[in-house]
Amino acid sequence: MDWISPRQLKRLGMLNMNRRNVDYIARYNERSSYPLVDNKLKTKLAVSEYGVKTPRLLQVVRQQHEISGFRTMAEDLTGFAIKPAKGSGGKGITVITGRDGDDFIKASGARIPVANLERHLTNILAGLYSLAGTPDVAIIENLVQSVPSLAKYSFQGVPDIRIVVFQGYPVMAMLRLATTDSDGKANLHQGAVGVGLDIGTGRSLNAVQFNRPITLHPDTGLPLENIQIDAWPDMLEMAARCYEATGLGYMGVDLVVDAQEGPLLLELNARPGLAIQMANGCGLLPRLKNIEALKRPHFSPKERAAYSMKSFGRL
Amino acid sequence: MSVRSRVPFYVFVFLLIVAGISIGTWRHIELGIPWMTGEQRPVWMIEARVDFEGQGDAAEVSLRIPEQPPGFRILSEQAASPGYGFSILASGSGRRAEWTKREVSGPQTLYFKGQFVPDDSVGQAPPARPPKPQTVFWEEPQATAVRELLRQARERSSTPESMTRELIRLMQPDNRTQNTTLLVSEDNYLQLLVRMLNHAGIAARTADALRLEDARRRQQLLPFLQIYNGERWLTFDPRTAEQGIPEHLLLWRQGSDSLLDVVGGDNSEVSFSMLRQTVPALQLANLQASSNGLSVLGFYQLPIEEQSMFRMLLLLPIGALIVAFMRIVIGIRTSGTFMPVLIAVAFVQTTLVPGLVAFLSVVAIGLVLRGYLSSLNLLLVSRISALIILVIFITAGLSIIGYQMGFNTGMTVTFFPMVIIAWTIERMSILWEEEGAHEVLVQGSGSLFVAICAYLAMSTPLAGHLTFNFPELHLVVLGLILLMGQYTGYKLSELRRFTPMKVYD
Repeated sequence: MDWISPRQLKRLGMLNMNRRNVDYIARYNERSSYPLVDNKLKTKLAVSEYGVKTPRLLQVVRQQHEISGFRTMAEDLTGFAIKPAKGSGGKGITVITGRDGDDFIKASGARIPVANLERHLTNILAGLYSLAGTPDVAIIENLVQSVPSLAKYSFQGVPDIRIVVFQGYPVMAMLRLATTDSDGKANLHQGAVGVGLDIGTGRSLNAVQFNRPITLHPDTGLPLENIQIDAWPDMLEMAARCYEATGLGYMGVDLVVDAQEGPLLLELNARPGLAIQMANGCGLLPRLKNIEALKRPHFSPKERAAYSMKSFGRL
Repeated sequence: MSVRSRVPFYVFVFLLIVAGISIGTWRHIELGIPWMTGEQRPVWMIEARVDFEGQGDAAEVSLRIPEQPPGFRILSEQAASPGYGFSILASGSGRRAEWTKREVSGPQTLYFKGQFVPDDSVGQAPPARPPKPQTVFWEEPQATAVRELLRQARERSSTPESMTRELIRLMQPDNRTQNTTLLVSEDNYLQLLVRMLNHAGIAARTADALRLEDARRRQQLLPFLQIYNGERWLTFDPRTAEQGIPEHLLLWRQGSDSLLDVVGGDNSEVSFSMLRQTVPALQLANLQASSNGLSVLGFYQLPIEEQSMFRMLLLLPIGALIVAFMRIVIGIRTSGTFMPVLIAVAFVQTTLVPGLVAFLSVVAIGLVLRGYLSSLNLLLVSRISALIILVIFITAGLSIIGYQMGFNTGMTVTFFPMVIIAWTIERMSILWEEEGAHEVLVQGSGSLFVAICAYLAMSTPLAGHLTFNFPELHLVVLGLILLMGQYTGYKLSELRRFTPMKVYD
């Protein structure tokens, strides 16, 4: 067994679970704002007022009898994603990338009959994927077509960018790439690859999978060292803007880069994970303390993003 | 950097813990509830046997019984005497047991039993008003001898105590003078001492004591001398002049009252037998506490059925404490926050191994059946409901099969909370589909590990004893849980999880 001493972790400024919960989430996140991020539908509506774009909403299924409407709506669609509004950790998200006659094709290439999708909708409505098992709403969104420059790194699934935003300042970012292990999902604990991104430039730093450092993508075999995210300052500003929209002091912002529409907000997370620190090879605590120590916070998202790029960049 | 001060919080937690411990200590001292389970206290069971011969007429027997003997507490008193009316009378001069019967003939035997608990804190009650020395008249030539002896004793002494000691020493056979030989005869020795001391202005009286030795029968009371020194009665051995009451000496009779009065009977005599018993300290405390106001805080006043329910309920905080510790400090992942506690409670009722076997088999069979349910495409609520019914079928089946095969332990399956098991199966099954068998194994074994830890803690006799008899100790548990809620340090599991960070240090 290999262990790291608590003193070493402290020196690295690693934020741990208990501290995140007590000192950051409990202190900076208003309980009343949670529904805003735990419900993707509410998130969509809330951020749209602040000029943050999200994937186009195709349909909302609220009641069991509305499921029949899904069949007619999906008649001439080739790509869409079905999501439970209150799902967490990517649970219950089904991505359809094509059709084969009456059947749909999932992102993994598996064929799936309409009846199965309807059953999936039923499960979502019953609350199978919602946080507390409460009844839920299914939302059907336009399929995100990732920009080829990023899509090539990911095995199936859309690569997304997780940015931790603390009091409106983007403090740490990583690129998440799906793998066979993660079954096309971009969740690190399911086996997705996390690539740390330099806040200052948007360039990749280190990569980890299952908490172990790697240099090549396990499926695509591409080197992960020299990835550059385009329009990086815009993405940081977009993430910073979500603070105004939700009022959450400590959150994770998940963005994707669509080939046509540019950066889109996928979802917000009021309890962002800690693995981002390992992908970046440094701890969050020094940066969080830097922000907490600010005497005069910046008011506009643009200023905050600029401050972060200046303060937390590698170079 | 702290937004609001945490000092009030820590003060509050500190007060909780101090309150819990101090109330517990107070009750321990006041009520004698032992900290440890299985603590035993000696109790002397003393039986006085009165024999007499009835004369064919009404009889009344009156026996002096102890009243607050120094160094002992009276636990219980009872009389065994068929056909007699019995009562305990408390008069100014002392307590007496009284038997009465209309017509008595032939040899009669009456018993009086008492249980006495050694307790050093019980002292001698001071008399209501200070006794006065009696006036004694002597005839010559005794008067001269007494005067001479008292003069010698007074010369060599300074206090009533030392005077008594000197007088006893002077009266001993080896340093007898003419004066003493004149006075002392074998059967009046103690009475003589009492008279002489009273004559000298020291209030004195006799007392009868019982030397306590295990399993003795037909014992007689030993005479002792008591003098009043202005504050309380002091006891002396009239032979050795030794002051004080030795250990294992029970003063049965103090004062001038007679030991036994029999009206309507001949040849009466009283003898004692004794037995040293051990009684669980807890039982002793409860027997004594029923009169004490503090016992209102305990659960022993409740009906038995509620008591046994509380026994179980009061163990839950221990389980909750362990779950909190395992999750916050150690970082073990469990499926469902408090599922392990409920499983542990079930284990307490089933004992560990049968409980584990029953639990694992129910969950395993349930998972197989759940696989079929998932292919039916049911709504969540009806799927869980169906699962609950299936779980009940499984437990019923296991119980019946187990019973028919001769394992009574099969029946214990019924102690498991059905709804919790159904949810566990549901959650495990979803976990299996979404995260794979590995995660099911991690969370399942984590839950079982925590459940077993909680079970081991809850099933120790000490835990049951402390939680039930010192419910105030739950304030300490509460304080600890609150403290853990503020723990922001690294979990043990994080030290492992973040190990790859070593390279960046």
